[in-house]
Amino acid sequence: MPDNSMTKAILAENLTKRFGTFTAVNEVNFSVFRGECFGLLGPNGAGKTSIARMIFGFSPLTNGKLLVFGKDIQTEARKIKAKLGVVAQEDNLDPELTVKENLLVYATYFGIPPSAALQRTTDILSFMDLSAKINSIVDELSGGMKRRLTIGRALINQPELLILDEPTTGLDPYARHMVWQRLRQLKEKGTTMLLTTHYLEEASQLCDRLIIINDGNILAEGTPSALIESYVGHSALELETDNSKYTEIEHWCSPLLKTSQNIGNTLILYSDQGQNLVDRLTTFLGNNRLTPSYQRLRPTNLEDVFLKLTGKTLETGDLQSDISEEGGYYHGKA
Amino acid sequence: MVKLKSFLRAMITKPDLNLRSSFKVFNRNLKVFRKTWKSNLMFNFLEPVLYLWAMGFGLGIYINEINGLSYLEYLAPALIASSAMFATTYEMTYSSFTRMGYQKVFHGIAVTPVSMDDIVLGEIIYGTFKGVVYGLVFFLVVVIFGVVESPLALLMIIPLSLMALIFSNLSLIWTSIAPNYDSFGYFFTLFISPMFLFAGVFFPIENLPEGIHFLALLTPLYHTVAIIRPLVLGQLSWDFISHLIWLTAIALVTLRIPLIMVKNKLIK
Repeated sequence: MPDNSMTKAILAENLTKRFGTFTAVNEVNFSVFRGECFGLLGPNGAGKTSIARMIFGFSPLTNGKLLVFGKDIQTEARKIKAKLGVVAQEDNLDPELTVKENLLVYATYFGIPPSAALQRTTDILSFMDLSAKINSIVDELSGGMKRRLTIGRALINQPELLILDEPTTGLDPYARHMVWQRLRQLKEKGTTMLLTTHYLEEASQLCDRLIIINDGNILAEGTPSALIESYVGHSALELETDNSKYTEIEHWCSPLLKTSQNIGNTLILYSDQGQNLVDRLTTFLGNNRLTPSYQRLRPTNLEDVFLKLTGKTLETGDLQSDISEEGGYYHGKA
Repeated sequence: MVKLKSFLRAMITKPDLNLRSSFKVFNRNLKVFRKTWKSNLMFNFLEPVLYLWAMGFGLGIYINEINGLSYLEYLAPALIASSAMFATTYEMTYSSFTRMGYQKVFHGIAVTPVSMDDIVLGEIIYGTFKGVVYGLVFFLVVVIFGVVESPLALLMIIPLSLMALIFSNLSLIWTSIAPNYDSFGYFFTLFISPMFLFAGVFFPIENLPEGIHFLALLTPLYHTVAIIRPLVLGQLSWDFISHLIWLTAIALVTLRIPLIMVKNKLIK
């Protein structure tokens, strides 16, 4: 019978990564079980990529323990990597080879016999909707196709664990949905996945369980719905009005409030009883002769959880990351 | 200081090598080479042929003999070695830099069961192979020019391989610290071109000023030419042994360094 460590695809204990004096990952603990899609959600620079790199053996641990399929990544990297599929954040397809050759040559690195490699290549290209591009060179592909090919390439060894580092960053919405669709199909087939992302929608669409990370620390862990439930409740009421009254408003609504958050000029009130909250607020506004310039009741999402935990939005780092991605081939980014 | 310490520690650590994996990386490069070898070979092959024409026939007719040889006989065998040297150094600087940097080919391979050490050794094997191929192609030219006098000449593949291996190692060391493409200009201007000009290809090193003789003796090209030239002309000499020992020793001593330095560059 498989023991506990065998049912765990990943076990991280006090996992730490430092670059000089900068701590990218700070004594992080988590487990990923077989068959689940586990998300690392956080803004850029949170330490997601550093964690992913340690798992696929590209970055040595500074401290702590990291077991993948019960094996220590620091001593048995080759055996572990044979069971992994890795989609790194940056495109690293082989630009001097065609689409087909990219898969066939990659198969040789895993020691897959040529006949089996050819069969899998055909299957994967058809699954990824790339059959028409089989003899194209990589540079002729669109960004979305390159991503799909990178994911397809990661499937060549029929991996037990697929690691996806920001799989849809930089893609347009259509290409992003194409990728999500394929990943959902892989999930249904039972592929274990570890996904890093700073898109809350990606995390909610794909992840069974996730951790929210900021500045190298885990802030929360759970299923998307449980996290929303426990931190912010069902509804969010966004309000813009005279901000000197915000404290008073929070106080007035407090019997119904789960929590609240003030960003810039917007007050967000969280509650499990959205409509009651609206009614109560309307009374307050009427009594104080206030007219809100903006008011909206909406369902809560993971972004609210993140906002609640850190006081900032997930997209904060977005612009910076786009610049640094184009800024050169070398990426020391955490 | 910390860097030097960790480097020295790495020097005495066993590399994480699997020779079969290294050959997979070599095969990847070979596959790409097969797509472009025609234009590629032409480019690297034409230049020494031009040298042979310009120096051997143009300049050569003014030179009666050099160490008892016609200038063509003197020059042509040495150009086999320098042709290999250039092929290897170009491949292991500009092209390797592209693969490990801009293209991120190494990054893609390193997440498979192939280790970074395997990848770098695969590069070294490829760089060596490429030097030998270009050396052999130029050898054919030398045959056509009627300079080769004995089948013994084919033994030149031994010193040629050792030399190409050394240049693979040295070039990759430079590549691992090169911040950009421009920095390869220094490598060629400071090391490779002076070697080509002064290490016994065009004239005997005895003609160099007394004080800098030893510089030529320190170059892999000199020791290689010192074996290949007599071999091509069908002569064997006991001197070969010391040259071969020198080449083997340098090849082995420098082999571990690029494995460490490329890894340090890419894996943080």
